[in-house]
Amino acid sequence: MHKSRISLLALLVALAMVAAACGPSEPEPEESPTEATGAKEAPEFAAGSTMDTIQKRGNVIVGTKFDQPLFGQKNPITNEIEGFDVEMAKIFAQGIFGGTLEEAAEKVEFVETVSRVREANITQGTVDFIVATYTINDARKEVVDFAGPYYIAGQDIMVNKDDDSISGVEDLNGKKVCSVQGSTSIANVVEQAPQADISISFDTYSKCAEALKDGRVEAVTTDNIILAGLIDEDGGETFKLVNNPFTTEPYGVGVKKGDDALRDFLNDKIEESYEEGSWEAAYERTVGAAGIPAPEPPPVDRYSSSGASPAATPTGAASPGATTTSAATTTAPTTTTTN
Amino acid sequence: MEVLLSHLDAFAGGMRTTAELALASFAGALVIGVLVAACRVSPVAPLRAAGTTYVETFRNIPPLVLLVLFFFGFPKIGILYSPFTSAIIVMAVYTGSFVGEAVRSGINTVAAGQAEAARAIGLTFSQSFVLVILPQALRAVVPAIGSLFSAILRNVSLASVISVQELAWVSERLIADTGRPFQILAGTAVAYLMMTLPSGYLFGVIERKTAIKR
Amino acid sequence: MSAATLGDALGPRGRRRVAIASVLATVVLAYALWVAIRRLYVAGQLDAAKWELLTRPEVIRFFLGGLANTLKVAFVALTMAALLGGVLALGRISRSFPLRAVARAYVEFFRGFPLILLIFFAFFALPHAGINLSRYWSLVLALTAYNGAVLGEIFRAGILSLDRGQGEAAMSVGLPYWPVMRLVILPQAFRRMTPTIVSQAVTLLKDTSLGFVVGFEELLRVGQIAGEFGRNPLQTLSLVAVFYVMVNFTLSRVARHLEIRQRRRYRAAPIEVAGVEDLVAVGAGAAQQPKGR
Repeated sequence: MHKSRISLLALLVALAMVAAACGPSEPEPEESPTEATGAKEAPEFAAGSTMDTIQKRGNVIVGTKFDQPLFGQKNPITNEIEGFDVEMAKIFAQGIFGGTLEEAAEKVEFVETVSRVREANITQGTVDFIVATYTINDARKEVVDFAGPYYIAGQDIMVNKDDDSISGVEDLNGKKVCSVQGSTSIANVVEQAPQADISISFDTYSKCAEALKDGRVEAVTTDNIILAGLIDEDGGETFKLVNNPFTTEPYGVGVKKGDDALRDFLNDKIEESYEEGSWEAAYERTVGAAGIPAPEPPPVDRYSSSGASPAATPTGAASPGATTTSAATTTAPTTTTTN
Repeated sequence: MEVLLSHLDAFAGGMRTTAELALASFAGALVIGVLVAACRVSPVAPLRAAGTTYVETFRNIPPLVLLVLFFFGFPKIGILYSPFTSAIIVMAVYTGSFVGEAVRSGINTVAAGQAEAARAIGLTFSQSFVLVILPQALRAVVPAIGSLFSAILRNVSLASVISVQELAWVSERLIADTGRPFQILAGTAVAYLMMTLPSGYLFGVIERKTAIKR
Repeated sequence: MSAATLGDALGPRGRRRVAIASVLATVVLAYALWVAIRRLYVAGQLDAAKWELLTRPEVIRFFLGGLANTLKVAFVALTMAALLGGVLALGRISRSFPLRAVARAYVEFFRGFPLILLIFFAFFALPHAGINLSRYWSLVLALTAYNGAVLGEIFRAGILSLDRGQGEAAMSVGLPYWPVMRLVILPQAFRRMTPTIVSQAVTLLKDTSLGFVVGFEELLRVGQIAGEFGRNPLQTLSLVAVFYVMVNFTLSRVARHLEIRQRRRYRAAPIEVAGVEDLVAVGAGAAQQPKGR
């Protein structure tokens, strides 16, 4: 008698806690980032929506990078993928399946999506969504849709540690610069440093880093966050960041064009992660561990699917060591700002 | 169609680079191949061993692996060449092993009597090899060499992986830029045919001219 | 094998010269080897740190996974290519002109087109036509399309290499077309083709490395990922090369063994097919035969 009453009480308390925890309209502000990994309840989704399909299937297929340090990198020893994009994907999975973050992580199947296959994988439906240092821009918006952004990076330049000749994008003129084919990075360089020699280019940034190390090129250019990962991989011994970003690169989650329900869901989860602290926790576990302090999380852009984006698009480029102010004054996502 | 026409210069540039790569690699492969074949039939045992090792190694490794190893791995020991040169070196070394085997089988089809006759009139080993055996052997293997050249034309497309701007690289870039894969690929197919058909014909002519009439 | 092909046995002077040359050659080769090793040492590439990662069981398992993927693709592609090749060969020797023309066009096209572009086409262009293929299937499809053409030519050459008398005799006994093929022509042709087919299988295996360019995790890509992770690309890629040599060398040995056996038993010469890269392996094996030619 005594025992069953206690257990009934415990059950009621648990139910109350669960009831309080679930319900996206009322997120609880958390004290410390680590408590954000507490168990959540799996919500119900509208029948036929992508989230519902995913939930019924029992796992979510996410495209990410396997060779991007700090954001999506496969560890050949543990066979796990590690990085900030990976952590965000786990947060989204938790939003679909519930449970703790670790339990939800079990239900994520990662597929490698190198830069040039991202759109194809989304339109073909090979993946449910893509979290892979995916810069949001208008050209891509014609083919896919984006949730987020969940991070703002800026395009920067990486050089060998003892090279002082490059301090900004204009210095790239006349130098050999490496980037990835089909990336926005190369387009930006062509635009801002037309005399730069971009004849050497590969399909991954890690190959560019090798080329820089070997002296085949004098600079590598892409988002500063990706460069920071490449620098960190070598223990900070070989490369350095010029630290003069010349674009803003908002990272988003790529989804199938027109899937507004999924987009809204992901945007909700992103905002939730800001408030619950799980975003910051994920950041500290990955990028933060390389010594880059967390910036302010950027506001998500809930543009209507007709393509017109409402006013509030973020501008501040996150460069390591600086704090950002999220001023919402510009309209186009790919403005080129230095800070 | 306009897509193709507006990018004609890109195609032309790609074709030229492919042709340059193919010809340079082919020349290198011929030289290496003859040397390797000479080693393989030499009475000097260490040379035979070296030749056999060479052939067995390079025939069994995919050319792409060799290319990636040479381009990304070898700089660590100070061997650093431009993408273009690296491609030529790798393709020459790789195809050289096949040329070596072809020439060797050609040497073996040359009747033993030829060699004996050459020795009988007092020619040294190298003289009989260069003046008597080799010319006949090469004539016998022209068809095989011709097909190896076609293989080179196809294989240099691998150089696109190390950012050499040959035809396959141009094709890939155009597909990404224009978003019209079918038209670009059709154009690329035509471009490759424009290279393989004439070279095939040329080798056919050479083959007929050098055929050993028995 | 070698001295016998170039003249008679050497006299004392010749033997002395050969001995001197052997010593010289050994010295030169040993020196070259020493230079190579020294270079590796000086560049720090022989350090334990760079090699240690390769000895860990998880890393070895990672590599073996890549090898497994490679073998899987090769096996499936080879099977499908064999089927396609059979169809093409029959088409090329068919009595109907349209069939012959179609088969000929297919073979001429695919043999001249780079495999790397075929893979790109399968992965990037087909989706525009509504066909969505995974990396694995793109690779398999491209390999099948190309090797189907080559195998088709091998099969055709095999069938044609048979004495016409066989087919004529079979038909004169009253057998219709299909039983003639099935019972008389194909079995004999097949025996002749096996060494060449195995050689082509070796080429196919090597071509699976092209899955690398669309990111498929076959052996080469695995070696590259490991090399980037452990910062030892020279070591990982060398290991990849070693794996390939081991697998392909074994297969080539099988091909040569089959060919020798076929020569002895059926007195049939192996088939020469234009465009088969490694046909020379078979031809060269033939030349290694002892006197009984």
